[in-house]
Amino acid sequence: MTHFSALSLLKNALTGQKNWQAQWPDSQPKAEYDVVIVGAGGHGLGAAYYLAKEHGITNVAVIDKGWLGGGNTGRNTTIIRSNYLYDESARLYDHAVDLWEGLSQDLNYNVMFSRRGVLMLAHNVHDVQSFQRHIHSNRLNGVDNRWLTPEEAKEFCPPLNISPNARYPVVGAALQMRAGTARHDAVAWGYARGASQRGVDIIQNCPVTAIRRGPDGAVEGVETAKGFIRAKKVAVSAAGHTSVVMETAGVRMPLESYPLQALVSEPVKPIFPCVVMSNTVHAYISQSDKGELVIGSGTDQYTSYSQRGGLPLIEHTVAAICEIFPIFNRMRMLRKWGGIVDVTPDRSPILGMTPVPGLYVNCGWGTGGFKATPGAAHTLAWTVAKGTPHDINAPFTLDRFRTGRLIDEAAAAAVAH
Amino acid sequence: MLLIHCPYCDETLPELEFTYGGEAHIARPENPADKTDDEWRDFLFIRTNVKGPHFERWRHAHGCGRFFNAVRDTVSDRFLTTYKAGEPRPDLAVLLEDAAKKEPSK
Ligand SMILES: Cc1cc2nc3c(=O)[nH]c(=O)nc-3n(C[C@H](O)[C@H](O)[C@H](O)COP(=O)(O)OP(=O)(O)OC[C@H]3O[C@@H](n4cnc5c(N)ncnc54)[C@H](O)[C@@H]3O)c2cc1C
Ligand SMILES: [Zn+2]
Repeated sequence: MTHFSALSLLKNALTGQKNWQAQWPDSQPKAEYDVVIVGAGGHGLGAAYYLAKEHGITNVAVIDKGWLGGGNTGRNTTIIRSNYLYDESARLYDHAVDLWEGLSQDLNYNVMFSRRGVLMLAHNVHDVQSFQRHIHSNRLNGVDNRWLTPEEAKEFCPPLNISPNARYPVVGAALQMRAGTARHDAVAWGYARGASQRGVDIIQNCPVTAIRRGPDGAVEGVETAKGFIRAKKVAVSAAGHTSVVMETAGVRMPLESYPLQALVSEPVKPIFPCVVMSNTVHAYISQSDKGELVIGSGTDQYTSYSQRGGLPLIEHTVAAICEIFPIFNRMRMLRKWGGIVDVTPDRSPILGMTPVPGLYVNCGWGTGGFKATPGAAHTLAWTVAKGTPHDINAPFTLDRFRTGRLIDEAAAAAVAH
Repeated sequence: MLLIHCPYCDETLPELEFTYGGEAHIARPENPADKTDDEWRDFLFIRTNVKGPHFERWRHAHGCGRFFNAVRDTVSDRFLTTYKAGEPRPDLAVLLEDAAKKEPSK
């Protein structure tokens, strides 16, 4: 497989870019694997990569019903941050940010991780109190996050409207400098390439129709469109479809699937230096390296698998963006799309073991799991390899909905995140 | 935007007039003190999250203000029917048969 370097770029430039090779083969399933991963999003591919790289488990298949990275991994607004309230979340998301920092080197694939800073706007007294509480909690956990006055926020992000007469006045902001964005497709491709290089099979266009369990209750393998595939360990990373897949193993999940939408504008010259999030008005914005403004909104109010979402949300989001950034009033929007996100009651993920022997799950990321991709994949691989929880994913059990030990980021943020 | 039929107002109106109320027919336990942790988990947190016809609650927030139930296909977002709160769960087989014949959200 090609090793990417300045030299290889130069060599291919001189030979007319005609000698690049496919980065991974499109595999057909074998009869049996040590581990089968359902879902070739960033989380599933990442887990396969770390299983192979860190635990030497290479007889692994990642199976997707569509093309790899075609789920939420390829549909999100790529915001990466770790300024969550609770200790458990701070550790998990900060572990991910640690890995993001070295990911391009580790994969020898440019995931374009850009620490441009994430600015979260406060519009009212509640926001101010909640963000300052987050900042204090983050500091105690060693997670960077600081408070900016409206003037400081405008200095950091010049297009921001801080007029006190605005419909959503900016009364302050929380800034995490270590936060930023990454190229979502490259994350899926980089992990796919790295995993495949180490012997992992990536099987596309092959829906998993059921998880098969033996008489003792343990996992035996998966039924797929391409036949039965035997495996003693199965890890489900199917995002919005997790309940559907888990149901086939007889496990009912505390999840609901909602459409979440995003849109991009026509490309323009660099104008927007950072990421801005406004939880209160449900609008998120950054500028991609191609020049498009990337804008995300909140989920639709109803559960759905339609992968579409309604226009009222887009209208609401764009109205808010125009209010906060009047400079974008006349920008034209090019495309909008939806993904189906799996939401837990406490808005924290479920990551690790299940009551079924040999069955593992990585889900419940809802509207915010892209940022966690390396961290979640890394700790899930550990759990699958060793059959025990990892120190960092241990609190994120399925059982917490029985014991009541929730990690209630939903209550902490009072909105989706 | 969804068009939703309010069974009280007997009118089909835009989604913006309504708020979603989650899965329908989840009965509050009669004797809460008798429930085990497993039963509380199921009542509070487990949802069918079905890919297909879904029994759910809506509220006509900017109209009559009342809660009612609906059956909506979560793949197409098409409403199979709406009915008043307190009415029994309609027979799904009949609804699916009807839906094949007509456009019920009108
Ligand atoms: C519009 C939008 C904006 C977002 N913005 C952000 C953001 O700014 N920051 C952030 O951190 N997060 C964001 N998210 C959330 C983030 O995208 C997800 O949490 C994350 O990408 C989930 O990754 P995944 O690998 O678990 O899921 P996915 O990438 O969805 O992968 C799951 C895969 O499972 C496959 N699958 C499903 N069922 C089956 C089956 N039966 N058989 C085989 N394969 C199956 C699917 O085809 C899919 O490829 C956003 C999401 C959306 C939709
Ligand atoms: Zn009404």
